[in-house]
Amino acid sequence: MSPIRFSASSLKEGRWYEYLIRFALGGAATVFTGLVSSHYGAFIGGLFLALPAIFCASATLIEKHEIRRKREAGLVGERRGQMAAAVDSAGAALGAIGMLTFAIVFSLTVETSVATAFLAASFAWLAVSIAAWHIRRKTRSVWRVRTEQASGSEIRRSR
Amino acid sequence: MTEYVIRFLVGGAVVSAFAMLGDLLRPKSFAGLFGAAPSVAIATLGIAVYQHGAGYAAVQTQAMMAGAIALAVYSVVVCHLLVRAKVRAVTATLLSLVVWLIAAFGLLIVTGGQT
Repeated sequence: MSPIRFSASSLKEGRWYEYLIRFALGGAATVFTGLVSSHYGAFIGGLFLALPAIFCASATLIEKHEIRRKREAGLVGERRGQMAAAVDSAGAALGAIGMLTFAIVFSLTVETSVATAFLAASFAWLAVSIAAWHIRRKTRSVWRVRTEQASGSEIRRSR
Repeated sequence: MTEYVIRFLVGGAVVSAFAMLGDLLRPKSFAGLFGAAPSVAIATLGIAVYQHGAGYAAVQTQAMMAGAIALAVYSVVVCHLLVRAKVRAVTATLLSLVVWLIAAFGLLIVTGGQT
């Protein structure tokens, strides 16, 4: 069974101004990239297509939601919030591999067909990101089993 | 001026759509993939193709490759700062922007702009 699922609960946790902030940051990042391109050329501007401007807001919101959830349960949730944001950033590192694939596929296909370039690059991003996430998940679980086996045999030897 | 208003609205809408999709997905490590979604790229490249043509957008995506590698480095640094240095998310993500800039421009210099 796939561990990937939809959960609408986090949408209920979000406040209206948080969505507004993300909209404004997304808009600002797109305007900024356009300004850089018009002042310094397409090449330097292209670099900023991968600027993690939105990620700052997303990670902060994840931390904030986790802290809020723990506080409502009467606990201090700061460490838990940091860990939730850390898990998100680990996922973003894998997503960056997908973004690299997006850029490669788009640059190879855009001069042939624009529509195909957008579709193929988006599909490549999704496929590579999901594949990278699955590979990491499998290797982590194998590594965890090996670590547990090694620590178990060490305990038996020390007895 | 109109161009930048359109950029702002299109960019905001695409980024919000990807962010909301990320909010809906579980587990969190999988949702994190959407933190590195090419949302700004899709909005910007769409406008670039419309305004300047496919060749211009192709040049942009060649440089974007360096930016994407820098994003992977950035995400790992943010993760380590949160886990090991135990700093707040806002501090970790903003401080690490320096790492992204160094990695991105470093890659451009090393490859001589041939990414």
